Amino acid sequence: MARAATTTDAFNAVAEPRRRQILDLLAGGERPVNDVVAVLGMTQPLVSKHLKVLREVGLVTVRDIGRQRMYSLNGQPLKPIHDWVRGYEASWSRRFDRLDDVLEELQELKEKED
Amino acid sequence: MAAATSGTAVVTLPSDTEILTTREFNAPKHLVYKAWTTPELIKRWWAGDRGVVTVAEVDLRVGGAFRYAMDANPGFEVAFRGEFREVVPNERLVSTEIFEGMPDAGAAMNTVSFTEDNGRTTLSILTQYPSREIRDMVIASGMEGGLQGSLDDLEEVAISLS
Repeated sequence: MARAATTTDAFNAVAEPRRRQILDLLAGGERPVNDVVAVLGMTQPLVSKHLKVLREVGLVTVRDIGRQRMYSLNGQPLKPIHDWVRGYEASWSRRFDRLDDVLEELQELKEKED
Repeated sequence: MAAATSGTAVVTLPSDTEILTTREFNAPKHLVYKAWTTPELIKRWWAGDRGVVTVAEVDLRVGGAFRYAMDANPGFEVAFRGEFREVVPNERLVSTEIFEGMPDAGAAMNTVSFTEDNGRTTLSILTQYPSREIRDMVIASGMEGGLQGSLDDLEEVAISLS
């Protein structure tokens, strides 16, 4: 299936697992790009590409300290998605727990018939 | 008897207009399909613990309609309806879906797939909205509902916000 043009908002920016890894790392504090490369084992061009996307949607901010560019997390744009996805997932989880019970019963019935 | 172990629902947003929910079940796919499409069985799980299912009507054929409603706490009706566009028994269901509480949002398209491996079934529900604005509207309405739950992936990030 064709993906929509990516990363026009924070919701979409965090759909990419490697970008979530970067956010998780920056959640622990401000870091230079080299650190991100070293810790996550991705290439520098790839990390830079993801950081650019994250900056564009406001999830990451950057400042220069001497010759180093320091990246840090700005989680605010994630709050709405976090709240919503948590709720949505929880509501489906409760449904699925009930569905588990129904399935267990169907399997028992089937075993009796066999 | 099969152990009652089950998976965890995982929700992701694959693009600006989609929501993908997946969950593994400890049962073969024909039974998951049966529980998904049989009105008297739907009544037992569809409301989760949010209320009681009051309507579960399913005309399971291409062009056939469905409607589900529940009395949600605190005492208001939540209803969805739609029409089947594709019905492949035990494999795949494609349908429109309209949330009656937000008719302006128009119809989403739902694709439900059942994939079996070793007696276990992965259910995936892909919901496609007509536009990003509408998806965001759905998201905004869910937030107002104040639902709570857990999403491990983003948990750490959210904690760092406080």
